[in-house]
Amino acid sequence: MASLARLELSADEVDRYREQLSQILDYVADLDAIDTSGVEPLSHAVPISAPMRDDSTRPSLPPDEALANAPARDETAFRVPPILAGE
Amino acid sequence: MTARYPMGLIETRDAIACGDRRARDVCDEALRAIETRDVELGAFLHVDAEGAGRDAERIDAVLARGERPGDLAGVPIAVKDVIVTRGLPTTCGSRILDGFIPPYDATVIARLRAAGAVLIGKTNCDEFAMGSSNENSAYRVARNPWDTTRVPGGSSGGSAVAVAANMCAASLGSDTGGSIRQPASLAGVVGLKPTYGRVSRYGLVAFASSLDQVGPFARAVRDVAELLTVIAGHDPLDSTSVDAPVPHYSHNLRTTLKGVRVGVPREYFVEGIDAEVERAVRGALGRLKDLGATIHDVSLPHTPYALGCYYLIATAEASSNLARYDGIRFGFRAARADGGALALREQYTATRERGFGDEVKRRIMLGTFALSSGYYDAYYLKAQKVRALIQRDFDAAFREVDVIATPTSPTAAWKLGAKVADPLQMYLADIYTVSCNLAGNCGVSVPCGFTSENLPIGLQILGPAFAEERILSVAHAYEQSEAWRTRVPPHPETA
Repeated sequence: MASLARLELSADEVDRYREQLSQILDYVADLDAIDTSGVEPLSHAVPISAPMRDDSTRPSLPPDEALANAPARDETAFRVPPILAGE
Repeated sequence: MTARYPMGLIETRDAIACGDRRARDVCDEALRAIETRDVELGAFLHVDAEGAGRDAERIDAVLARGERPGDLAGVPIAVKDVIVTRGLPTTCGSRILDGFIPPYDATVIARLRAAGAVLIGKTNCDEFAMGSSNENSAYRVARNPWDTTRVPGGSSGGSAVAVAANMCAASLGSDTGGSIRQPASLAGVVGLKPTYGRVSRYGLVAFASSLDQVGPFARAVRDVAELLTVIAGHDPLDSTSVDAPVPHYSHNLRTTLKGVRVGVPREYFVEGIDAEVERAVRGALGRLKDLGATIHDVSLPHTPYALGCYYLIATAEASSNLARYDGIRFGFRAARADGGALALREQYTATRERGFGDEVKRRIMLGTFALSSGYYDAYYLKAQKVRALIQRDFDAAFREVDVIATPTSPTAAWKLGAKVADPLQMYLADIYTVSCNLAGNCGVSVPCGFTSENLPIGLQILGPAFAEERILSVAHAYEQSEAWRTRVPPHPETA
């Protein structure tokens, strides 16, 4: 599960989370007692539509501002480790 | 010299507008209050003394030219650090956003600025708004001004404390499962969670997108109503914001409650509620009756399942939303011990392992589990179905009553550290607040008394979607009939 979530947990964390999460899952298991047959799942409390907007150009962030928070950058690009190496 | 007490939003705005006070002086008073009190209280993560002073002087200049400077002109306002502010650090209380300076303003910030508000600083909170005590902040401890050995509540603890200790006139927080109402209750101020879609979420760093809302804190209901009027309304940049008219909330507050039907859900007064809290809330119900309201027993039968439902949905959405923190485009990036670069996969996991705190990792794990293949139907989908039933409960209740009154929190503020080792106990602190988010309704917490240890107790007034005027009226009528708001917490410098 940690790997799916891209977390690298220490052995101590694994032990602690295992215990705490099973406690929480025991608690939420109460939901099983409810008959939900025929109930549509509710993903949002209000009906959500995908409104269309005009296809017009708007100002966007200049590259320098968009990259200002980059931990590492190279000119107008984010600098990242090689993607094809390893794995 | 300390700030005048209390510094109300409307009162301050009017005093500046008519020339009784200068915005610069009001701003300086707030900054001095922060300087004196916040070393101990820990409400702020970042104070923008320079920017606030500049904004205040601009307001004074606008007034000097005889122009109308806006509905919040010169009012010092603090903002929870999960709301992005152009040019001001925004950390969400997390190491993973250490040093992040947003290049844009959230819509609520743009609206505050357009109304002439003076942004005094960014407030402390639980990391990514995940927590009920503010103890999950990666940066500093926030303390309850009524008793500094106790928590201020969370996750918007800093925003509640900043207002309770008179370091600003009002503040903004965010509420996903009670994160405005619960700290308002524990710190003795008024806090409102608007209806889902009432306020734009553009620029609110997402925790659980289907539950999150930005909302106001102040010491008086009228001030909360005024601030809501400024931040509410449709925003083309948030497709979940609703295009419904925004009334001038503070203009339509009532002081009598003749004909108002108040529902009291029997499922809320059960095991786990503190006796003093129950007594205070029952007392408040009696007062609502004196004001002309009628009290009705109602049932919200799925209440016992709300918390489990909430923690599955909120963590599932969080695990997805927090996938963006990978150390690539902003914030903290982990490196090898010798300073060299890590391989991509290791960089992701090391960045997240070191950047996120304990509770955030726990919730990401829980949410990843609830969404994972083989468990999705049993957990996430089941929770969404239960969510539909919880919404139906409220719909049925609101056909019989106009508002629902409950305690905001089952207990008053607890001691720092008391629940840190037991996440489930901490989650139970939200038992009265999460349903409102699941159903997408609105709710407000207003002070309704004190425990024998002089700790504030909050009354929660819930209403159906877009009934903010109604719940604010009930809260206002109640507030005006009592003298709770005249009590102020002890000040460090006078204690």
